[in-house]
Amino acid sequence: MNSKALKEQFPILNQEINGHPLVYLDNAATSQKPKAVIDAVKQYYEWENSNVHRGVHTLGSRATEAYEGAREKVARFLHAEDASQIIFTRGTTTALNLVASSYGPAHVGIGDEIVITEMEHHSNLIPWQQLAIRTGATLKYIPMQPDGHIELADVEATITPKTKIVAINYVSNVLGVVNPVKEIAAIAHRNGGIIVIDGAQSTPHMKIDVQELDCDFYAFSGHKMCAPTGIGALYGKKELLEGMEPIEFGGEMINDVGLYESTWKELPWKFEGGTPIIAGAVGLGAAIDFLEGIGMEAVAEHERKLANYAMERLAGIEGLTLYGPKKREVGLITFNLEDVHPHDVATVLDSYGIAVRAGHHCCQPLMRWLKATATARASFYLYNTEEDIDRLVDGLIQTKEYFG
Amino acid sequence: MQLDDLYRRVIMDHYKNPRNRGTFGDDAVTVNLNNPTCGDRISLQLIIEDGVVKDARYTGEGCSISMSSASMMTDAVKGKTVGEALDLADRFSKMMKGGDAEFDDYEDIEALSGVNKFPARIKCATLAWNALKKGIE
Repeated sequence: MNSKALKEQFPILNQEINGHPLVYLDNAATSQKPKAVIDAVKQYYEWENSNVHRGVHTLGSRATEAYEGAREKVARFLHAEDASQIIFTRGTTTALNLVASSYGPAHVGIGDEIVITEMEHHSNLIPWQQLAIRTGATLKYIPMQPDGHIELADVEATITPKTKIVAINYVSNVLGVVNPVKEIAAIAHRNGGIIVIDGAQSTPHMKIDVQELDCDFYAFSGHKMCAPTGIGALYGKKELLEGMEPIEFGGEMINDVGLYESTWKELPWKFEGGTPIIAGAVGLGAAIDFLEGIGMEAVAEHERKLANYAMERLAGIEGLTLYGPKKREVGLITFNLEDVHPHDVATVLDSYGIAVRAGHHCCQPLMRWLKATATARASFYLYNTEEDIDRLVDGLIQTKEYFG
Repeated sequence: MQLDDLYRRVIMDHYKNPRNRGTFGDDAVTVNLNNPTCGDRISLQLIIEDGVVKDARYTGEGCSISMSSASMMTDAVKGKTVGEALDLADRFSKMMKGGDAEFDDYEDIEALSGVNKFPARIKCATLAWNALKKGIE
């Protein structure tokens, strides 16, 4: 994989920030967009734009084809059985909330259990917390090892026949651990529960096969994988989605509307009330084409190499704490520099043109677990190079000197 | 971008040698504020008698900007009437929006004027002052 050549396909990366060439290392927050995606959205608005599923006119057909074509691409990308199992949403947050709000109250009651972990992003924590509060269920946490990984024995001990839902991220947005979701799914199923996977940090970076994982629901965001913001999807097993009630009512999602009751369209449209995010879906389809053109195995391999190179180089900086496991599978590293607050680290790095994230990363419980109020995070993508890591290391050394 | 616009020597001095760090007993006015977007937090305590801020202390965690601002603020309001303290807070808010940066009554504060060039850091600087306003109210 030629990252330098790929970088040239991302117009935004070709600029200087504060007098230095931009090094963008905030990919876990959002990725940049290649020209192919930007052009696809432009092409949609210049050639196809119309509302979907209702226009009899030509543009209506073009827009519908583009939108439903994108759904087919998502189904293929996740290796879903059928495109009707792909619900377009605003992103991971909306997808997870859809499951918690619709599937949740129908299957969880007093005395039941919902199992999550302390490493969850707020978007895969609060919906379950709220569901537990509303239904009188118990929220349980799978314990974590000191480096943040999860042992299957602890999963076995936490999940019981009372567990109705297990919700977990595939990849942590802070620790960079890859959770054994396939094994956890099997344990959940053996106990009569279902598993919901937050795929926000996994989908952009590795090959995903929802059938192989045997997961019941899988949520992800497009904007972290080269697509525009405002589009994501929920995959669900057909029989589960069919049994769920919509949570948003309005245009597009109905079969027949009477004065006192109504019926819904079939999957996936019953969950897509209102005019959908058509241009976003088109952009997501183009992003999938772009990523498949590179190959997700190649993306994963590139990031694994980059992450381990970064771990090695960062470990050489005195006074730098690295959070998470030593050996890395994905390109995401969280750290703190001794006696320098991560906001100050991020500001100094920015003055060298290097973009990293600082804060709690929407993981306040995990920050408490790490005994850190905030951390800095560098996260990589297919266009990052070893040179970018070298720039980061140099920037951190400068930061230390500045605050020393 | 000039880093030294943001991190002036005075600021680093307040960060590394904080004034008024600590706590009073339970009878002091206590305000706990945090910045939910970044996790900075401050616990400010004020002793107000006869409309005068007799003393101020704080504890908290945060970046150099938020903690140095708390150090300066607690120093600056000591001995001020409640009205004068609020006026100081108002002038600080104005400075963060690019307004006048003269603080004859406590010149160190002027060092924070550079923060307004760093939009992402303004909320760091204003945390302690928001706690002050809340405490007086």
